[in-house]
Amino acid sequence: MKYMLMMHAPKEGWTTAGIGTWAEKDIKAHINFMIGLNQKLKKSGEFVDAQGLAGPEEAKSIRARKDGTPDTDGPFAEAKEFLAGFWIVDVDSTERAYELAATISAAPGKGGVPLNMPIEVRQVMSAPPIDM
Amino acid sequence: MTTASSVQAGIEHLLRDLAPQVLGVVMRRFGDFPASEDAVQEALLAAALQWPGEGVPESPRAWLIHVASRRMTDQLRGEIARREREAFVVRQEWPFHDPSSDGFDAPPEHDDTLALLFMCCHPALTSSSAIALTLRAVGGLTTTEIAHAFMVPEATLAQRISRAKQSIKSSGVPFRMPEEVERSERLASVLHVLYLIFNEGYTTSGGPDLHRAELSNEAIRLTRAVRVLLPRDGEVAGLLALMLLTDARRPARANADGELIPLAKQDRSLWNREAIAEGIALVTAALSNGSIGAYQLQAAIAAVHDEAASAEETDWPQIVALYDVLGRITDNPMVALNQAIAVAMVHGAEAGLARLDALAADERLAAHHRLDAVRAHLLEMSGDRSGAIARYLAAAAKTASIPEKNYLSTQAARLRADDDA
Repeated sequence: MKYMLMMHAPKEGWTTAGIGTWAEKDIKAHINFMIGLNQKLKKSGEFVDAQGLAGPEEAKSIRARKDGTPDTDGPFAEAKEFLAGFWIVDVDSTERAYELAATISAAPGKGGVPLNMPIEVRQVMSAPPIDM
Repeated sequence: MTTASSVQAGIEHLLRDLAPQVLGVVMRRFGDFPASEDAVQEALLAAALQWPGEGVPESPRAWLIHVASRRMTDQLRGEIARREREAFVVRQEWPFHDPSSDGFDAPPEHDDTLALLFMCCHPALTSSSAIALTLRAVGGLTTTEIAHAFMVPEATLAQRISRAKQSIKSSGVPFRMPEEVERSERLASVLHVLYLIFNEGYTTSGGPDLHRAELSNEAIRLTRAVRVLLPRDGEVAGLLALMLLTDARRPARANADGELIPLAKQDRSLWNREAIAEGIALVTAALSNGSIGAYQLQAAIAAVHDEAASAEETDWPQIVALYDVLGRITDNPMVALNQAIAVAMVHGAEAGLARLDALAADERLAAHHRLDAVRAHLLEMSGDRSGAIARYLAAAAKTASIPEKNYLSTQAARLRADDDA
């Protein structure tokens, strides 16, 4: 079963307490945690994909105008959270997906304190259909 | 006419058939399962590269055993040399003789495919590991092919296989047939893994899903191989029959756009009659031998469907009866759920819905989309359109299958449109 684990970072405090305000060793610890996590997922044979996304400052939302051309909106100052990155994992159970999400949630932040970010867990639709 | 691609396909089939036999010989000789499996895989890859150009050797099996054994001895010599450098161990004569002088052209004394399957489908492994390992070590598929089929990166799949091999090695599962006392239980694990492989592949028949369709063919091929080795086992015959009878409907199961078509609406002239005839013969023979088992009963149910000219002409009372027997030997709640449909066909929608009410208490079913989907279907049969719409949508929200979600959403939309008309 494949799951997408989405790391939502709080928008509030992004500029005052976000990673840009951490000490160098905290940033390094955070990065090493993420690298180590991905290595573990590769070793366990559960890794499908993992990506970090560029900051919300550049986030745009696009809609098609009537003629099909892109209508650009954003960035969105009022958003409470933004998607900071995601993992796709192939695991044997929902419980395992939750366990990995909890690991990610506890990634070290400022002063090494766990960030406790909310990680949204969604199943990727890839199950075989049942005969009807 | 022999084309380059038909030569390629012929070689591929030959290699897949030989894979477990070669691995068996190499394992017997060297013992080390993870290293032997790697060596055989390398030999298979070498053959896939060389044979199309240079021609298939006179004895393909001996060629593969020779190449794989050479890899093993090279590797072992490397290790021994390293240990010698490290500890000044007195060099001993190499204990293994030259494989080319070993009479490998003679037919195998016994086929190792089963012993390998028992090992790769060991209950200590998770099903995803057992599936990947079985497809590679017994099926002779490459890591790339398996990774494509499961849509995971090759490195991830390679790691999964390597871990599975290590855990077999460290748990000390012996390379031989399980003892009589545990054989039926272990065979059940093997059949379950083959069934899961089949199911993974039993999806739509075109486009990007083609790799997955091949999994079903692979499962059928491996089950056929097991059947050759265990011709008197009713459940092996039953599983093969179930696969054939289910796979026979593949051409009718989805339209050109990949949309699912339910059994009742399928164009039965598209069904594969040859597969149906073979499946029916298998399950009839198995059941008439007095043996009984879950796969045989599911195959018997599939046979009743496949024999009917239309959904209406299906022998539904027979299906209800078969589900009764099946329900007594398994505690799978899906059995009772499927039976509810058959009950509705015999006694009317209300009777089917009453069965569902009784099932809703089962925790394994309560949150399952299939309960909503069946209820939607029966509510529609009973004329409760708004109830059916709500259940179709509830089922669509819960399923993890895209074709199924599309199908269920479309059913709800169809009923809404009927209401508006």
